[in-house]
Amino acid sequence: MSTPDLDALVSRSYQHGFVTDIDSDTVPPGLDESVVRLISRKKGEPQFLLDWRLRALEHWRGMREPHWAHLRYAPIDYEAISYYSAPRQKTDGPKSLADVDPKLLATYDRLGVPLHERARLAGVAVDAVFDSVSVATTFKEKLAAAGVIFCPFSEAVQKHPALIEQYLGTVVPYTDNFYATLNSAVFTDGSFVYVPPGVRCPMELSTYFRINAAKTGQFERTLIIADAGSYVSYLEGCTAPMRDENQLHAAVVELIALDDARIKYSTVQNWYPGDEQGRGGIYNFVTKRGECRGRNSHISWTQVETGSAITWKYPGCILRGENSIGEFYSVATTNHYQQADTGTKMVHIGANSRSTIVSKGISAGHGQNAYRGLVKILPSAHGARNFTQCDSLLMGAQCGAHTFPYVEVRNPTATVEHEASTSRISEDQLFYCLQRGVESEDAVNMIVSGFCRSVFKELPMEFAVEAQNLLAISLEGAVG
Amino acid sequence: MSQTGAAPLLEIRDLVARVAGQTVLNGITLSVGSGEVHAIMGPNGSGKSTLAYVLAGRPGYEILSGSVRFEGRDLLPLAPEERARAGLFLGFQYPVEIPGVNNAYLLKAALNAARKEHGQPELDAFEFLSLVRTKTKLMQIDESFLGRGVNEGFSGGEKKRNEILQMLVLEPKLALLDETDSGLDIDALKVVANGVNSLRAPGRSVVLVTHYQRLLDYIVPDHVHVLARGRIVRSGDRSLALELERRGYDWVTGQAAA
Repeated sequence: MSTPDLDALVSRSYQHGFVTDIDSDTVPPGLDESVVRLISRKKGEPQFLLDWRLRALEHWRGMREPHWAHLRYAPIDYEAISYYSAPRQKTDGPKSLADVDPKLLATYDRLGVPLHERARLAGVAVDAVFDSVSVATTFKEKLAAAGVIFCPFSEAVQKHPALIEQYLGTVVPYTDNFYATLNSAVFTDGSFVYVPPGVRCPMELSTYFRINAAKTGQFERTLIIADAGSYVSYLEGCTAPMRDENQLHAAVVELIALDDARIKYSTVQNWYPGDEQGRGGIYNFVTKRGECRGRNSHISWTQVETGSAITWKYPGCILRGENSIGEFYSVATTNHYQQADTGTKMVHIGANSRSTIVSKGISAGHGQNAYRGLVKILPSAHGARNFTQCDSLLMGAQCGAHTFPYVEVRNPTATVEHEASTSRISEDQLFYCLQRGVESEDAVNMIVSGFCRSVFKELPMEFAVEAQNLLAISLEGAVG
Repeated sequence: MSQTGAAPLLEIRDLVARVAGQTVLNGITLSVGSGEVHAIMGPNGSGKSTLAYVLAGRPGYEILSGSVRFEGRDLLPLAPEERARAGLFLGFQYPVEIPGVNNAYLLKAALNAARKEHGQPELDAFEFLSLVRTKTKLMQIDESFLGRGVNEGFSGGEKKRNEILQMLVLEPKLALLDETDSGLDIDALKVVANGVNSLRAPGRSVVLVTHYQRLLDYIVPDHVHVLARGRIVRSGDRSLALELERRGYDWVTGQAAA
């Protein structure tokens, strides 16, 4: 008789672990003013941006790497990292997909990135980021017809410098935190979105990130602005090839929603988590923040985190506008020796602002999963409301789940609710499914998906399916 | 005990089993013929539920000796899901809640797993739904139940009716119903009994584990067995259940001790 064993964990190697052989234009490791100037020069940036980068570098030199998170890792040598790497192209830059290195396209193909017809059928516009430079952008015309700007960040710097100057760093200032400040100094590319007043973006926007060259930190910068009365849904998906060394990733994402605007930002994150012994894997130190700047504005973050060796990430909302709404829906999985310290910050400034937090943490193997959340109600936020639900699921005896909720209420009319639970996949639930004839792996997937349902239903349809598959892969062998 | 003469569907011989270091089944011998309904009665702690769990292959139960054959095949080496797909169904005394897992989704996965095993085409969503609809009607279950989480927020009676619904959809060869009557009011009991009776057919057998005679007014068994201290101490027909009700379990358990 086979006895399903809840302690037996682990298996199936990372599917996207391969390295594309393309010449990289990489600067030597180390960080000083000359590197920042080089990056800015290569990008042909205006003076204001170079100055901003240099101020960030100056500030960063006086900062210390934070260590308050529930994470353990070997020290990162910031002087050993190369801060710029661009794939070399045969021409000056691809004008269309036909101009893109076929090897690169083959890589995306293996990753299942819907670049060609598939993308159009799926209604997805893809701004593909390979290492640090965007190489292909699709659906520009359709978006342009609607007046939506969706392009690589570096292109936006050239074509729409006024928008960049007006909004960059207004949600995450260059002084914000160690990683965001580093990013501000050395970021190479990312995505830029501007949706004009009253426009509903005609398709879901999507970017696929992928880390390739060894020892190259990735510093993406994304800026999304939804002008008054507009709507945009942005999807971000990540995969990385298998590498032995830890790779640092410190992205910054800024969202700005003006009056009556709505931004829905969804992430399915599948970076290389390290092997079964915890070797290798991506270090992911990300700053994501949205500001509901206008009245009745609405920002939702939905994330499914199955990758990375280390995840340090707190997508948050500053609810400045009256009646503004912030939402955070998260599934974070840690298996093997993965560690995640993730959660959200909801800062209520506007009257009657509301926020909802639903966090589902799944720990398996030796995984450590911490939820860290801040709900801050400022004196101006009359009638503000927050609801937080924070659930942890444990699979096996060696893993851990931790919850660090911080609540600061400075307005007596505010309502703050917090619900938390920790549970295990019970033998009872598993046996119930087995007794109905369902295979144990399917049963575990079913139970875990059920646990995550309230988050999955917030994802766009095509992403929800991908997320469910990812979850199944990352927890494969966790039971049985 | 099988009166049919044909090979029994289920044949248990001298089964001794232990859980948590304690011997709970102490030499059970029981034979269930195809198409028969057996009732297993007995006081609390007599081993009734253990017997059901051991047959279904629940982890944590250790078989010390004896054998179990199902359709002539050795049942004990099979994994729980293999036993299920071979046609053994356990109706749980306390069906567990599985939050967020759609009731219909689990049931469809279960049905198709069995169909796949038997080389039958899997049912698509439409075929499945039309099949389930006939059963929900019989069990007087509102269709909205199908879209809810498995047993999530169900009342005790709803959970039991849901178990029988699953049984009707899966059409097992052998249904072990573990105190399916407990916690049911008389109307719900009739619905459950009606569901079980609708499954009665020459190729299907039912083992009812129950505390009370009451259920047997509605599902009339072919055989009644009394379990005490992990052993069948008395077997008979329906009249045994009535006598038990009149005289109490002390009557048989006392006899066993003597």
